[in-house]
Amino acid sequence: MKKEMSKFIICGIIICVAVFLIIEGIARDEVTTVFNKSANICMECIGIG
Amino acid sequence: MAKKRSFRLFIQCCYTALTNGYIYGFKEGTIYKGAAKNICLPGLNCYSCPGALGSCPIGSLQAVLGSPSFKIACYVFGFLLLFGSLFGRFVCGWLCPFGLIQDLVYKIPLFKKYKRKNLPGHKYLKYLKYVFLLIFVILLPSIITDITGTGKPWYCEYICPSGTISGGIPLIIANDGLRSAIGFRFAWKVLLLLVILLCNLFFYRPFCKYLCPLGATYSCFNKFSLYRYTVDDSKCNKCGKCQKVCKMDIKVWEKTNDMECIRCGDCKRECPQGAISCVSIRKQVKGNELDNRR
Repeated sequence: MKKEMSKFIICGIIICVAVFLIIEGIARDEVTTVFNKSANICMECIGIG
Repeated sequence: MAKKRSFRLFIQCCYTALTNGYIYGFKEGTIYKGAAKNICLPGLNCYSCPGALGSCPIGSLQAVLGSPSFKIACYVFGFLLLFGSLFGRFVCGWLCPFGLIQDLVYKIPLFKKYKRKNLPGHKYLKYLKYVFLLIFVILLPSIITDITGTGKPWYCEYICPSGTISGGIPLIIANDGLRSAIGFRFAWKVLLLLVILLCNLFFYRPFCKYLCPLGATYSCFNKFSLYRYTVDDSKCNKCGKCQKVCKMDIKVWEKTNDMECIRCGDCKRECPQGAISCVSIRKQVKGNELDNRR
């Protein structure tokens, strides 16, 4: 029972880290790189270019 | 039973339609350019699919790692950690558009006699996806850069069949300009896609098992993700029925939440003892309180 509970705690910590990383990524303006790549046709992805 | 299986198929279809709902893109041979593209979707969903409303996490990861401005991809890693810790490989089983394609291909009632769960050498081949993740998604885009310091999305460029089937083929059908630009690389990617789909006729989800870097990432979270399974030892008699129905070929009673488990739920439904269930945080908290009182 305690083992399962500790898994929930690990999971909770990772979720907090994930949220922090997303916010940090937004602050570092990584979102613009993601957007620029995804809002234009990626020639490499479709096999051209 | 069949009804419950078709429920998963229904969810897969709804999710794929919802996240690829930009119909205009299919008609005009273009892609969606709105603000939703800032967000990474959980499944392997090419952002160059004409209908895609969000970004592919694997493509985005390569874009950020290959960018001259960044060495670490906090934003995309954040999404991967979030989806992984919440769902694990549930995403593969229920939300991945390319997983849906593979499920449908495997359902084609051809060569029924020759259908198998795994490729020969599965024991070793299953680690191949981690090699692809490390080399093609992380190392090559970060290390090999051009004169401007920009790396290429190696996995997308040479391997990803999801990009070919959901991005390349629809765009080339609808866009004359792109059609005139196809060459060797497109032929290579179509060939690879055909080989994977042909394999898929005989083996269950070969791409997920051996090649998918997104599945490899989520598999690391499978043991402790919020949505996971548990086996009640007092009920389980190790009859092996769960492994028999599991198309990922997992001995559920021995390796519950194995890294290969895509949470399709077949084992849970088929268990004659009802020993397999989802882990509930409420039950765990209550159990812990009882333990503490004792």
